Amino acid sequence: MTEVTQTARADTSALRARGLRASFDDTDAVSDLTLDVRPHELLAILGPSGCGKTTSLRLIAGFEAPTAGSLELGGKTVADAGCFVPPERRGVGMVFQDYALFPHMTVRENVEYGLRGAHRKRELAMDALATTGLTALCDRRVHELSGGEQQRVALARALAPRPTLLLLDEPFSNLDLGLRAQVREELRDIIRETGITAILVTHDQEEALSIADRVAFMARGRIVQVATPEEIYLRPATVDVAEFIGDANILDATASDGRVATPFGTFAAPDVAAQAAVIIRPEDLAVGSSGALATVVDREYYGHDQVLRVRLDDGTIARVRLGSRERFAAGDEISLSLVEAPLILADDRPDTRRLRPPHAEAR
Amino acid sequence: MVRPDHGRGGLGATESRDGMSTLATARGMTRRVGSVRSANRPPIALVSGAIVVALIALVPPIYLVARVSDAPAAAAAAIFTRSTLDLTVRTAVFAAAVTTIATAIALPIAWLTERTDLPGRRILAILAAAPLAVPTYVGAMVAISAFGPGGLLEDLVGRDLPFSIYGFWGATAVVALFTYPYVLLTVRPAVLSLDPRLEDASRGFGYGRWTTFRKVILPQLRPALSSGGLIVALYALADFGAPALMRFDSFTRVIFIRYESTFDRTGAAALASLLALLALALVSLEVWTRGRRRYDAVRANGFSEAPPIRLGAWRWPALAFVTGVLAFALALPATVLGYWLIRGLAAGEAVNGIWDAARDTLLGAGLAAAAAALAAFPVAMLAVRHPRFPLTRPIEVLAYSGYALPGLVVALALVFAGINLGPLYQSLTMLIIAYLLLFLPLAIGATRVSLLQVRPSLEDAARGLGRSRWSVLGTVTAPLASRGILAGAALVFLTTIKELPATLILAPIGFDSLAVRVWSASSEAFFAKAALPALMLLALSSVPLAVLEIAGRRR
Repeated sequence: MTEVTQTARADTSALRARGLRASFDDTDAVSDLTLDVRPHELLAILGPSGCGKTTSLRLIAGFEAPTAGSLELGGKTVADAGCFVPPERRGVGMVFQDYALFPHMTVRENVEYGLRGAHRKRELAMDALATTGLTALCDRRVHELSGGEQQRVALARALAPRPTLLLLDEPFSNLDLGLRAQVREELRDIIRETGITAILVTHDQEEALSIADRVAFMARGRIVQVATPEEIYLRPATVDVAEFIGDANILDATASDGRVATPFGTFAAPDVAAQAAVIIRPEDLAVGSSGALATVVDREYYGHDQVLRVRLDDGTIARVRLGSRERFAAGDEISLSLVEAPLILADDRPDTRRLRPPHAEAR
Repeated sequence: MVRPDHGRGGLGATESRDGMSTLATARGMTRRVGSVRSANRPPIALVSGAIVVALIALVPPIYLVARVSDAPAAAAAAIFTRSTLDLTVRTAVFAAAVTTIATAIALPIAWLTERTDLPGRRILAILAAAPLAVPTYVGAMVAISAFGPGGLLEDLVGRDLPFSIYGFWGATAVVALFTYPYVLLTVRPAVLSLDPRLEDASRGFGYGRWTTFRKVILPQLRPALSSGGLIVALYALADFGAPALMRFDSFTRVIFIRYESTFDRTGAAALASLLALLALALVSLEVWTRGRRRYDAVRANGFSEAPPIRLGAWRWPALAFVTGVLAFALALPATVLGYWLIRGLAAGEAVNGIWDAARDTLLGAGLAAAAAALAAFPVAMLAVRHPRFPLTRPIEVLAYSGYALPGLVVALALVFAGINLGPLYQSLTMLIIAYLLLFLPLAIGATRVSLLQVRPSLEDAARGLGRSRWSVLGTVTAPLASRGILAGAALVFLTTIKELPATLILAPIGFDSLAVRVWSASSEAFFAKAALPALMLLALSSVPLAVLEIAGRRR
């Protein structure tokens, strides 16, 4: 047992993870979690299912012990090669995906559970219940509550002991679609109001972009990019990120002399050696009088906008997002141009994951 | 720790904020540090508790082996004889006959009461499980006093009966009649989850009722039949009271005579080891066949409840069969015991001391139930929460060994151990340890099922809220699993009340029990003297049965 590092840095992060790894039976669920979370921010860990995001949360909470790496919370080491602080001494609140409410207790008893030994326990519990708008339901049993109410109880229970860090594991996945947007807003308001630092795990990119201050994209056990929602959408660091977050046309191309040729022109790509991926968001394509020729294959009409699937001259299929008033039908010949310069990345995907090899689709 | 200073109310209402830099730090997040990797390992306390249980379970086999290897020549002389071979064959045939008859009673009752329009099937379904409360030695005593020489039937007809109740067939009939509920209770859920569409399909292909039963229904029931049959077969191998009263020389009776009358302890230990091997062979056989038949397991996926099958003219013979079984298994014991009670009271039969016997019986059963519930918890926790921990499997296997070991064998092994352990010999502790070893599997089973229903995220949540492992165990895990723990304790209580051979051998001086009273009075044919303790035994067993029924209903 080693003494915990007591030196608090001037630039204290709320959380500082360095190379955290968690292996089960020789396979890494998390292979390298390196992440800094700033005080008072809401950070979303976003990634496909099985990427290790829930395990990351469990490492931070202390439910799993890391196989390697170190973790600091509020400047104090809670896990590294020499020490492991158990979850009950980390001061971290967690909202579980299934809420994990105690079925043998009332709403208030659930919230008071984390306040044992606290001065004015009842008051603190009622405070937390008031914050989440549950005062009227405090004597109910949890199975009498709706899904949204249960979610708020889980939040109140996690917040009541005033943790320094709040973890939320897919908090909206058990809610009806209609309820989700509303609960999401409520949650963001509560988090802002309490000023707590929060980490939210989700596989829903829309959820992550709309609620978080920053988004950390995770794939195959690693954090790939941490950035603001705008940045991660507009300037994804890898093809994986671009593909997962939002809609993207990914055109395969080959760079030569620092330039890449696309159906929409030739662009400078100084950082790309050979295999390049040209990333074009569907809304960055416009139909005009000049540009690359394309044939409309079909149309998905959504009301607020529409998406055309078009076949470009070289056989590539691309998606074009347009306003709701333009009318096109399958077979129409159109000209496409770019509204914004495309993002050109080195294509680091393995061959098997390249779904559209160049010129695969015959005309 | 830095607190945000958004003075906008909400959770951080000003007055409750001062003086607290979060409860988390106050509770000493940095003060104590657990050992590395402790998060994924079962807690030491749990493992050590389970290890203690496993070590206790090791005592009987170790002392049996030690006793036998002390005098290998004498042990070999006891085992390798013609009479021991005869004994083994006779006992095996007895167990097979009991199992066959019990199944032949239970399967039709299960089917008739669950799937047909048998008149009164609901009440009959409940009554059919009730003979479980009647110990087989009480059944034997009832049979002898009713149909034996000088019994009630001879009194009634006024002359000797042309048959003898004693011997193989009498013992077989009695044991089967009071153990068939074990098969009934395991087969009933399987009968309920039979998919009637499969039967319809078979009939649709032109197969008759009988072929359909043999080719479609029976294979689906086979797993349940074989596990229920195993319980009955083990019971028959281990049963001591009924074969002894019925004067059938089964293994247990021969071992008991060797131990009690001829003081041949090595011979008794050798034969007890042989009996234990027989039981283990039976368990392995069942496990082996079940392994091969894994895919026979019934899947109940979304079929509507089938309309009851119309028995037509067959309903009356069917009703006669079910009520006939119940007449022998319930009405006859009640009538005969009532008759002897009245006759005994009229003749001035002493009832004093009966309350002491009842009190001791309750004490023994209560302590056994508490000990079993306590011992079952760490074992069940390891099995459910840490199935891949390397010690879990061996601990589980040892804890379940009492399932196969006959009570007489465990009791003898503990006597041998007790001689070496000094103060434990002939103590109440020793008796409770015997009960614990014999009935622990019942408690583990029930506790395990209820622990499986407690989601692990609840325990994580509790720890995240600042509670230690122990606190979580006491405030979340145990309360949520309490129904299963209680059901397990009730099962052990019920079984302990009826237990005979271990009580007979291990009861300390001054410890009185209803079971021993029934046994000693009936073995000397003092039926009037046996009636009151037997009736009290039945009354006491019905209490935990009711608890189990209520626990089962509220689920």
